[in-house]
Amino acid sequence: MAIGTTAPDAVLTTDSNVLVRSAQSVGGLLRSLARRPSGLAGLILVTFFVLLSAVGPLFVPGNLQPDVTAIYAAPSAAHPLGTDSQGRDVLDQVLLGGRTLLIIAVIAAGMSTLIAVTLGASAAFLGGVVDAIIVAVTDMWLTIPQFPLLAVLAGFIHFTNPSFMAVIIGVLTWPSLTRAVRAQVLSLRQRDYVEAARALDLGTRRIIFSEILPNMMAYIAINFSLGMVAAIYFQTALYFLGFAPLAGNNWGIMINLAWVQGAIFFQQSIWYILAPVTAIALFSIGLVTLTRALEEIFNPRLRGNLS
Amino acid sequence: MSAATSPLVASGTSRGLRGKSVRSRIGDIAGNYWVGRIVKAILTIYLVVTLTFFLVRLMPGNPVESFILNLVQTQGLTYPQAQAQAASLFSFDVNAPLWQQYVDYLGNLIHGNLGVSIVSTGTPVSVMILQYLPWTLFSVGLALLISFVLGITLGILMAYRRDTLPDHVLSTIAAFISGVPNYLLAILIVVFLGIRLHLVPFTAMRGSLSPGVSPNLSLQFIGDALFHASLPITVYVLTTVGGWMLLMKSNTTSTLGEDYVLVARARGLRDGRITAAYVGRNAMLPLISALAISVGFIVGGSTVIEQIFVYQGIGWILGSAIVSLDYTVMQGIFLILTISVVVSNLLADLLYGKLDPRVRIAGSQ
Repeated sequence: MAIGTTAPDAVLTTDSNVLVRSAQSVGGLLRSLARRPSGLAGLILVTFFVLLSAVGPLFVPGNLQPDVTAIYAAPSAAHPLGTDSQGRDVLDQVLLGGRTLLIIAVIAAGMSTLIAVTLGASAAFLGGVVDAIIVAVTDMWLTIPQFPLLAVLAGFIHFTNPSFMAVIIGVLTWPSLTRAVRAQVLSLRQRDYVEAARALDLGTRRIIFSEILPNMMAYIAINFSLGMVAAIYFQTALYFLGFAPLAGNNWGIMINLAWVQGAIFFQQSIWYILAPVTAIALFSIGLVTLTRALEEIFNPRLRGNLS
Repeated sequence: MSAATSPLVASGTSRGLRGKSVRSRIGDIAGNYWVGRIVKAILTIYLVVTLTFFLVRLMPGNPVESFILNLVQTQGLTYPQAQAQAASLFSFDVNAPLWQQYVDYLGNLIHGNLGVSIVSTGTPVSVMILQYLPWTLFSVGLALLISFVLGITLGILMAYRRDTLPDHVLSTIAAFISGVPNYLLAILIVVFLGIRLHLVPFTAMRGSLSPGVSPNLSLQFIGDALFHASLPITVYVLTTVGGWMLLMKSNTTSTLGEDYVLVARARGLRDGRITAAYVGRNAMLPLISALAISVGFIVGGSTVIEQIFVYQGIGWILGSAIVSLDYTVMQGIFLILTISVVVSNLLADLLYGKLDPRVRIAGSQ
């Protein structure tokens, strides 16, 4: 594998070398991703949906106009994905609905990764009582069923602001990531180059930021991606069940409207419900397969060809 | 732990012996694997109980206060009358100081009193839970069992036949399907198999039992219960089995490389025995702790899945309570869901400790 993740000579690198090394490792990472079919498929799907969310809304003209003459129209040149119960174009809604979904997912995953890295690293570094408390709290938080808690919270606080919803999702989903980070820091602490940095008395902060964190970027990326998968599930399920206000454009809101206004009554509405369902499913599948490929690359034990 | 102090015991006087035994007994109990797990489970439940109490009482625009104001406005009650009604619903005295309310709430919970539903007036929450929870436990439990056994079996097969066509096909399917959010699969089943193709009579499968069928030990009842639970179970199994397959495959693959497997082969043990007692058993151990996480995940997912199939379990009633803002029901059901997950986690932990002595010993050091 041509990836420079854990270089044993990390102690000797200066900051510019770190940049060069990380650029090389990004290139190497992309190459080893491209070599496995599922990794490549995941990468393509994720890139596609991120681009779709970023530039999609640019192709949609202002407000979506209802058209009573074209309710639940089948796909045609004018409406490639058909129309909804008010005759609005489904493709336009798909183009618009990815952006908030992605933003919520990124904020939530960022929030939970931040909490997870802070708590996981503190637990592993400080040890003793702090470690015991963080581990106990993490274990307890992990057993609370997250989606019901989020749904109940949605009953008390109205998630009118999507970024607020994102923060709440992030605050709910940190425990499993915290465990992973703690385990990873504990094992990195034992590595020779960290021992060497300690022997050189480089200071805890230097050791964390220069020696341990760079070698954890892969794990952080994997956890970030898993956090996004969870956040996509949580927010779309909340919208689908109508537990969050149905304002704005989001694929979850589309599914809700399609389900409530016709999917189970009208055969013609199949395109309407299928479009957001496919979009969310493919985005999730892309993230999950990409994550799995990354895990295989960084954790050779999982590769399955060693016996 | 007791080994470290044993020289003292051996050489000690009777006084030393007694002093040691009390202290080390306390130490043994506190450090005991089983005791530790049970204490943690109880603490988790206490944490959630406290959380839900303060959620109801201290939230901005808290439900008790808005419920009282609503009664005053809509039913023309005086404020004290409305307060009295709220007190009976939420099963604590609205006028008492907060800590008093908290203690009363805990006392009520211990006696199984979870308050009364706001929307379906007069129905105790505990009665609703007894009515709906069994269906969720039944469908989730059965699904978990099927998915776990199926996933483990396929995972072992994939590891033994790795890098063959069946392995590649199954791995791809597993990775693909475990990425689909479970409620989307449920929607697709209803839309495609139900509405487009008329293969699944999804409207007849709604509810937890057909009209006229009552719970008893007859084949008709069991068949009908399975018929109504089959769609949720299918979704739970399909969306979780991929994870088990991949996990079991990678665990089995790394176990196959262990020295003790090689030695077992060298000793001429039969393949079946090696697979079951050496490879399978050791590869399965880490999955037991994953089982605990999976329980929470499926229970959480049931909130969505049961809405889609209108399967009348606890998740379905939770959804209705959230939509109608029935706070006492929300509070009670969230508590009972958490308790179910904590208890099944505890069972998984105890099972793990039973199967793998290393965990027990490490836990008590």
